[in-house]
Amino acid sequence: MNATNLIQAILWGISIGAVFALIALGYTLVYGIIELINFAHGDVFMIGSFLALTLLVDFAYGTNARGRPVQAVFGPRLFLLIFAILLVVMLFCALLNVLIERLAYRPLRRAPRLAPLISAIGVSFILVNLGQLWKGSPPRDFPNLLPEVNVLPLLGLGDRLSFTTKDLFVIGVSIPLMLGLAAFIQRTKLGKAMRATAQDREAAALMGINTDLTISLTFLLGGALAGAAGLIYGLYTTQVWYLMGFRTGLIAFTAAVLGGIGNVRGAALGGFLIGLIASINDLGFAAIFPALQNTPGLSFLAGLNQQWTIVVIFGLLVLILVFRPSGLLGERVVDKA
Amino acid sequence: MALLQLDNVHAYYGNIHALKGVSLEVAEGEVVSLIGSNGAGKSTTLKTISGLLAPREGEVRLQGKRISGLPAHKIVARGVSQSPEGRKIFPRMSVRENLEMGAFARKSGAEIKGDTERVLDLFPRLRERLDQKAGTMSGGEQQMLAIGRALMARPNILLLDEPSMGLSPVLVDQIFDIIREINARGTTILLVEQNALKALEVATRGYVLQTGQIVLQDSAANLQRNEMVRKAYLGEE
Repeated sequence: MNATNLIQAILWGISIGAVFALIALGYTLVYGIIELINFAHGDVFMIGSFLALTLLVDFAYGTNARGRPVQAVFGPRLFLLIFAILLVVMLFCALLNVLIERLAYRPLRRAPRLAPLISAIGVSFILVNLGQLWKGSPPRDFPNLLPEVNVLPLLGLGDRLSFTTKDLFVIGVSIPLMLGLAAFIQRTKLGKAMRATAQDREAAALMGINTDLTISLTFLLGGALAGAAGLIYGLYTTQVWYLMGFRTGLIAFTAAVLGGIGNVRGAALGGFLIGLIASINDLGFAAIFPALQNTPGLSFLAGLNQQWTIVVIFGLLVLILVFRPSGLLGERVVDKA
Repeated sequence: MALLQLDNVHAYYGNIHALKGVSLEVAEGEVVSLIGSNGAGKSTTLKTISGLLAPREGEVRLQGKRISGLPAHKIVARGVSQSPEGRKIFPRMSVRENLEMGAFARKSGAEIKGDTERVLDLFPRLRERLDQKAGTMSGGEQQMLAIGRALMARPNILLLDEPSMGLSPVLVDQIFDIIREINARGTTILLVEQNALKALEVATRGYVLQTGQIVLQDSAANLQRNEMVRKAYLGEE
């Protein structure tokens, strides 16, 4: 086994896993409270990354003498700008998500469960087409603004592995967001109202909780996290595309299911696990376990690489749904004793 | 003036006409029992009062003011709270959090703290289990929590839906003692029960509901003597 490659895959997996986790939280929050798989959620993430792209190009770039765009903001001011854009994108996606719930899901609250699901797919199509209209069909380059300096040699850990300032940025933004969300849900009165509404909407209303408002709040939080993920993903991968919400959204949905859909801690855990699986697979089994190639019967595993990542992840989704639909941390408390 | 008044209330589940002109009154300080068999519309009546169901016709008034048509969370703020059928506690929240939710509509932290103490004095079992997940408690404990949680709203009128359902005879006696105690401390109670015998023992007055209509109303003592009630609901031949 090539330990260096394995550890490298794990390090990368943490970064991309953090992005998956942020998106997965939006799926799981909404499922937890209204038992709806919000198929439009990934596309809110895509719209967030597009807004971040527009804002970054507008504010971080000027034009040189020949009229070509060049980066105009550097250093601490660049970080302040990115932080400000992060807040704007989070707010925008939060409000977009609330609007989607208000227009497309709330009118169907008493309808059979299939109706809002179909409505969600409809919203997804609308957002995808708006995205295509906005930024066109081909993938778009995202400003590569983050410095990419390997921090491991600075820590005296040598340079055989790579963990850069970019990875640090992803972790440094997403982990505080997740901890903030967890604290909000656990400690605050509104967070408790969200949990109460998720566990029994009718009883929550009898407590004096405005359940419609609480559901809006849930979409607000989920949208904000998707927006943050949009900016982070763009800066990290430096490429965005109008269809990425579908693909990345489904991966994040798999993460939510793996952790136990409806379970907030599960979504974060699932996000990181799927990130690990994806990055190990992206690096290729042959690079991590060279011996596989010569092992009779298992040599086919050596062929698992980037081209197969999506297959592996969605294969996993099917396996979880068949064998453990409640996921890793799914709740098993008897609700109606 | 009655504290709570239902005036010719009609309510529907989809196309099912569940309440067909129910009129009843509860005066300040009373315990009023609503008895009747399964499906007579007892729980529907409570749901209509607490706003989970809007009447299609007729009015619910609290202290003379119309509350029907308001959403449930606003009706709680007016002073009506309910311990619902099947308890409906929040299973994955602690006992403490469940009680906090009961006081959701209230502002004053000091008052809520005082009321938490009073509820825990009334139900010492809950004090032992404050940090336990509510869903892991026994049925009797969950029932106590449901009643305690409803009291946390400091209601003018407490609606109790089948508080004795599924409990052992000893626990049933205990729950009814607590209902008396709550009333003695000044809370008006509208009680829905299948256990008509017990319900009429604690009540001042009672109503008998049959297929969505009030068929009989009288003092609890008279109802206990009424032949039709004895046959239909008290299990006598």
